[in-house]
Amino acid sequence: MTQEFILETRGLTKQFRGFTAVDDVNLQVREGHVHALIGPNGAGKTTVFNLLTKFLPPTRGEILYRGRPITGMKANEIARLGLVRSFQISAVFAHMTALENVRVALQRPIGTSFHFWKSERSLEHLNERAVELLDEVGLRDYADVLTVEMPYGRKRALEVATTLAMDPTLMLLDEPTQGMGAEDVDRIVELIRRVAQGRTVLMVEHNLSVVSRLCDRITVLARGAVLAEGDYETVSADPRVREAYMGSEAAAEEASA
Amino acid sequence: MATTQTMTPSMKRERRANLRRNAFYLALIVIGLVAPFVAYPVFLMKVLCFALFACAFNLLLGYAGLLSFGHAAFLATGGYVTGYLLSSYPALTPELGILSGTAAAVALGAVFGALSIRRQGIYFAMVTLALAQLMFFFYIQAPFTGGEDGLHGVPRGELFGIISLRNSLVMYYFVFAIFLFGFALIQRTVHSPFGQVLKAIRENEPRAVSLGYNVDAYKLVAFILSAGLAGLAGSTKTLVFQLASLTDAHWHMSGEVILMTLLGGVGTLFGPVVGAGLVVSLQHLLAQSPLGNWVGPILGAIFVLCVLSFRSGIVGEAIKMYRKNFK
Repeated sequence: MTQEFILETRGLTKQFRGFTAVDDVNLQVREGHVHALIGPNGAGKTTVFNLLTKFLPPTRGEILYRGRPITGMKANEIARLGLVRSFQISAVFAHMTALENVRVALQRPIGTSFHFWKSERSLEHLNERAVELLDEVGLRDYADVLTVEMPYGRKRALEVATTLAMDPTLMLLDEPTQGMGAEDVDRIVELIRRVAQGRTVLMVEHNLSVVSRLCDRITVLARGAVLAEGDYETVSADPRVREAYMGSEAAAEEASA
Repeated sequence: MATTQTMTPSMKRERRANLRRNAFYLALIVIGLVAPFVAYPVFLMKVLCFALFACAFNLLLGYAGLLSFGHAAFLATGGYVTGYLLSSYPALTPELGILSGTAAAVALGAVFGALSIRRQGIYFAMVTLALAQLMFFFYIQAPFTGGEDGLHGVPRGELFGIISLRNSLVMYYFVFAIFLFGFALIQRTVHSPFGQVLKAIRENEPRAVSLGYNVDAYKLVAFILSAGLAGLAGSTKTLVFQLASLTDAHWHMSGEVILMTLLGGVGTLFGPVVGAGLVVSLQHLLAQSPLGNWVGPILGAIFVLCVLSFRSGIVGEAIKMYRKNFK
């Protein structure tokens, strides 16, 4: 068994009523890498993502985590293995403070989450760790702020802090810079670079400059299948990638200009 | 362990708010203790039973985000089991009768919950309604319920075998104690580690899943707690009126508890209490007036008015106003 791959898919396929969204994808994510999944709109990136995190069941194929099949596991079970995902739209608990957001992720392992007879004060010993995590993403001053009142970029940072609280070995980030201004993008790129130390990251990303700055390896999807794979230079020089990307990238540049 | 805590400004604010809250609770308890000298104790007991019922329902709707349309089944099950046992076994003390009724509602809640919890939104409401209707028809046919007639003359007996509950005042304090227990349990549940997870699930379920939580299991626990407390309310009500009848099992009752909760304020601790007080008072007043036959339409009109003009209910709107003006 090859152990160098932390995550691997074999013949991963997803069909929706006859439409093949993901077609026989063999993906290999190396331990310690920041790996990007890119491709034009409708290439099936998000579907692959939802398959990997078990939010969708695959039609065919296998998913392996450290050589061990996880295809039949539930979404919450793989999270406990250390495979933790983020979402395209910032996934935070809006009417809880930033501190409580992080604390919810910290409290599960202590095993009192079903204790409805205990006071929530019993969770206060987690506050210190929660503040540390908030500090790590630059949100120390926001600890007591209700999340709904935080700016968008900060919410995404909070999401990263919450994910870090799970101490993930593999972080799956779904378009972490989507809908952000340039300043926020830079901050998030730095943040991802920092938290990727000693971890593996697989991210879906539209912004190619982010990908070029962060990623060790890139897989290009088009029409549900793998089109090319390699580092940024290899992939960006590939004529097929240029062809698949031309239309939608030109459109994207126009939209962002 | 507690010495290493970081004391953030919000926690200090929280401590102060807690002090104020405790004073508020104390004042309410005093009012509850004096109330039977001012108002008719049986009426107050009815309010307390329905208030507990509505609080139990609100635990599920307001804090777990699940709209059950079948809570009558738990109220009735508590009532029938308590009524049957106390009528058939005179040696049984009332507190054991109430415990048995509550336990039956917990068991029924576990079954209903397991069958319905995976459904979302309107489908969840429909499944709970269907199951509750099943119980209604079962209770019409079952020999121990007295069918259309119901169970009459359920003995109140002696609490712990010593204190006679025949006196309304004594009975009132017993009911008040039960209500306080139920209310305190809900308050604690909402502000517990479990309550935090429940809140997270309500705020963003996929995210809660991605943090490793088995959300169905948490919803099920909330459902069983809610069912059990509804059963406790039903059991207590049977003891108060010495009666268990089909009215409690009818789907009207499931609708009424929704009305009480929404009117008072869903997702607030006191909303259901205020809502239940208002609905029971209105029924009481209207029944004595010439408008006696118009109770349904009048409550319906109030409900429509509530949904159209103050959606967060009486207590919900009051909290909003308080926050706007004092913070």
